[in-house]
Order: sequence, then structure tokens, then C-alpha cells
Amino acid sequence: MSEPPVMTSMPPMPPMPVPEPVSPARQAWRMFRRNGAAMIGLALLLLVLAEAALGPALYSVSPDDMVWMPLTPPGASEYWLGTDYVGRDLLAGLIHGGRVTLIVGGSAAALTVAIGVLVGAFAGYYGGRIDNALMRVTEFFQVLPNLLLAMVVVMLFGASLVNIAIAIGAVSWTSTARLTRVEFMRLREMDYVRAERSIGASDARLIWAVILPNAAPPLIVSAALSAGTAILFEAGLAFLGLGDPNAMSWGRIIGDNRPYVLDAWWAVTFPGLAIFLAVLAISLVGDGLNDALNPRLRER
Amino acid sequence: MIRTLSRRLLNAAGLLLAVLVFNFALIHMAPGDPVEVLAGEMGGATPELLAEIRAGYGLDRPFHVQLLTYLGRVAQGDLGHSFYYDQPVTGLILDRIGATLLLVCAALTLALLLGCFLGVVSAQNRNGWLSHLVTLLSLAGFSAPVFWVGILLILTFSVALPVLPISGMSSVDAGRMGPWGRAADVAAHMVLPVLTLASIYLAFYSRLARASMLDVLGSDYVRTARAKGLSRFLVVYKHALRNALLPVVTFAGLQFAQVVSGAVLVETVFAWPGLGTLAYESLLRRDSPTLLGILFFSALMVVAVNIAVDLLYRLIDPRIGAR
Repeated sequence: MSEPPVMTSMPPMPPMPVPEPVSPARQAWRMFRRNGAAMIGLALLLLVLAEAALGPALYSVSPDDMVWMPLTPPGASEYWLGTDYVGRDLLAGLIHGGRVTLIVGGSAAALTVAIGVLVGAFAGYYGGRIDNALMRVTEFFQVLPNLLLAMVVVMLFGASLVNIAIAIGAVSWTSTARLTRVEFMRLREMDYVRAERSIGASDARLIWAVILPNAAPPLIVSAALSAGTAILFEAGLAFLGLGDPNAMSWGRIIGDNRPYVLDAWWAVTFPGLAIFLAVLAISLVGDGLNDALNPRLRER
Repeated sequence: MIRTLSRRLLNAAGLLLAVLVFNFALIHMAPGDPVEVLAGEMGGATPELLAEIRAGYGLDRPFHVQLLTYLGRVAQGDLGHSFYYDQPVTGLILDRIGATLLLVCAALTLALLLGCFLGVVSAQNRNGWLSHLVTLLSLAGFSAPVFWVGILLILTFSVALPVLPISGMSSVDAGRMGPWGRAADVAAHMVLPVLTLASIYLAFYSRLARASMLDVLGSDYVRTARAKGLSRFLVVYKHALRNALLPVVTFAGLQFAQVVSGAVLVETVFAWPGLGTLAYESLLRRDSPTLLGILFFSALMVVAVNIAVDLLYRLIDPRIGAR
């Protein structure tokens, strides 16, 4: 009987430096921090949020009062940005309007994500008939032009801020649902999900505690996109005159002053710029998150 | 092929039926009714007169009877009678739909061609200035409210460069022009609305085309093509482009409903006489039959475009038809 071959002993290895364990969130943040455009976006976003939170308290002029001659250009009075067609202070409108725009846009985006994740998670997890039925509903909402549908809902049920947020959320969840569904379909066959299932985890636990956290990265990016879209959506509705008549918002200022655009460029330019910057900030952050959370894409 | 097509058509018919039922139910769930608005515009009316008007339009019958009557009429091409315009809705929509289709098709074509071109060119030099510019422009295009872009264009072209018409679809004296003159007139009126509407989608498509082209350029068959000595031009435009276009076309089809939404805003800004302005006007008057009709026609357009995209798909990628 031959001896088993003796392994030649390897030279002793120096101990490998054990890398410090880093949580995925911290790793993503490190990646995000190195992205200049994303950091600019984050700074801009914080600035916009701070303005909406503190601005109305610091600048006491009411956005609804007539304070000066109508259509006063910027710089011609104590009201820096000038006045609109009924003599309201444009700066006050911008400051107060930001809060409304962001609150409505933010809650609409939250609703979009909530409905989309719920529908997508059930469709992707259960598959079969449930998937079929839910996808039919999704298809149905994709066929209807969402702005037209939201216009109808707001017009019929009244233009309160709550109704506007619900209308926007109810018509924009389809892409989140599709994305969530695909992620769930991919993840539900993973070994760690099967392992969890084999020890008797309930469907609810598998969906919300096991699969959802692993599907989070693309969903976070899509949530950021939804926030931008919802703000644009709110602005569009308000521009068409379907905003809450009791709340000043950026879109409404543009809509109100549109007939006077040739006499008062400032009254439409500045609120539009505010919307643009807010959405741009969110898009930049979303883009940065995308790179930070999907390291595979970075090689491109 | 024919089987898939007929399945798609059946599916489409189901969707459109669902759209009709849903919209009808929505309008009926809402508080208030159009007769009250009508009465308001007449300067008030007695309850008896209101009841008479309701009976005249069949609004006093039970919900399911009204719904079935409506569906039966739609099946015959009759979308009801507009309260406000006092005209058949189908006629109103058919009068306006051409203008919307003209605007939407022109904007989409421009956005697709230019977007794919920019995306493909920037993908070939992924860290070059053009690439960064495309990324930046697409972010900006996505972030700018489309109605604001339109208004800024109006401001620019009315004050600084008064060479293009800024509102409507034709000049007042269009009636006296010959057919070519009229076409040129409409074309001039189209420039700004089309640019505005295209700006959003240009942003999406160029970004998508860039990402998709990068994906394809990294694949094995492209490397093979390059390794056997084909010119760069041939590899990019003959081998890679087709596959890179697939996601863009899919996305354009899926997004078509949103393009119609964008058209509503753009039409309102430029007073373009299409479905968007009609929808806006009928919303202000609570003219529900017209609204129902517009929603239905928009869904019809979207469904038709999606089927067309499906067919186009098979042209771009024959593998899909073979399955």
C-alpha cells in the first residue's frame, strides 16, 4: 500500500490583514462622498429643505397680500424679486410655495413607492394568478395618460392638498411596481430565501424581512426618481390651475402669472428655476445613490 | 405572428373596456354633477328644470343602466354629447386629435433620432466631454418642468428673436395662403411646441441609448467583430446599434402615455388646438362626456402604439418573432 503523497509544506504565510468589516450603508456612503455631482446635489437638496422648513418663519411677508405695485420688476423696490400681477411679493411666494410643493411632492412620492412596492412585492413573490391579476391592473394604469387622469381626479374630488397627493400617487406607481416585481422574482429563488422558508418562516416575514431589504438598493434609487417626478407633477397640476386655491405653490405662481409673461418675465422665471433646482438636486442625489448602491455599474 | 397579434388585440380590447368602465365609475363617484354647473351658467334653475334636464340626458337612471347605455353607444362610435360645446364628443375629438398626433409624433421622432445619436456618440467616448455633456443635459432636461421650458422659449422668441410664432397652429391670414404656404405656416408654428415636448424625452432617450450602447459595446460579439478587423464604424452602426436600440424602443412605447400627458401641458402653453387644450377646457366646464371621450381616445392611442412597438420589435430583433 503506497503512502499517501506527503504535502510539501508551504512556507509560513504572514497573517493576512483582516479588513475591518464595513456595513453596506457605510460603504455606499463612502462611494457617494467621492461623487462630486452627487454631493453638490445633496448640498442643494439640504438647502432647499432648510428653506422650506425655516424660510416662512424667517421671512414674514405673506405670499397672499398685495404689498406693492403690480408687476414691479426685481430690484425696483424693497421686495427683491419684484411683484406679480396683483402686487404680491414674489420672494414670499417662492419661500412659502416651496413648503407646499415639497410636502405635496414628498407625500405623493411616498404613496407612489408604497403602492408600487406593495403591488410589485405581491406580484413577484406569489407569481401565478396573483401576478397575472396585479400586472393587468398595472397595465391598465400604464395605458392611461397619468396627468390627464390626475387632472380628472383632482377636478372631480376637489383640489385639496391631500387629494392632489393621492391623485399623483395613484397614477404614478406603475414603474415602481414593475421594478419591485422583477427584483422579487429574482430574489425569491435565492438560497438564503429558501433556507429561511425551510425553517418555517411565514410569507409575510419572507416578503418584508428577508426579500425586501435585499431588494432595497434599486428601490431607493427609484424612490428618489419618484420624488422628482412627483414634484414636477404637482407643479404641472398647479400650473393648470388645479392646485389647492388656498396654498401658494411654485407651479401655481407660474400658472397665475402666465398671461402676463411678456410684461413680467421674473414672475414665471424664478418659480420655474426653483422647481428646476429642487428636482435637479433630487436627480443628482438619485444618480449618486445609483452609482453608490450598484457598484457593478461603476466599471462602465 | 398572427396568433400573437390577435392575442394582443384581445388584450387591448379588454383594457379599453376596463378604461371605459373605470372612467365612467369615477365620474359618477364624484360629488356634484354637470347639470348643476350647466344650471349655474344659465344663471340658476328651479329643481323641476334640473330634474327635467337630468331626465333628458338619462342621468336619473340607475348606475348600471347608464353604464350599459354608454358602453352600447361607444360600441357604435358614439361617445356621447358634450354639455358645454353642444356637439357630439366623437366629432370634437376627431377635430382635435390630428393636431395632437402631429405634435406628439414630431416631438417623439426628433427626440428618438437625436437622443439615440447623442447616446451612441457619447458611448463611444465614455469619459469624453460629449459624454459628460449628454449626462448633464439629460439630468437638466429631466428636472426642468416642461411648461416652464415652453414659457422660457416664448419669452426668448417674442422678445429677443421675434422670428417664430409663439402661439396657435396657424396664422390669422392662413386662409389666403396656398397649400404650401399653409404647410409652411403650420411648420413654423410647430417649431417651439415640438422642441419643448422633445426636450424631456430627448433627456430620457439619450441617457438610455448611452447606457444601452455601453452595455452592448462591452459584449463578446462586439469584441469578436472588432477582433476580425472590421472598422469601428461598421461595428458600432451595424452590429451594436440594433441591439442597443431595443431598450430605447421598449421604453419609448411604455412611456407613450406620459408623452400624451406632456402634450397636455405643452398644448396649454402654446395654445395648440389639440386634445390637451380640449381636455383642459372641458375640465374647467366639468364637461364629463368630453373628458371621458378624451381619456378613452388617449388610451386607444397608447394601446395602438404599444402594439406597433411590439411589431417594430420583431423588425429590429428577429429572434423575438422566432420564439
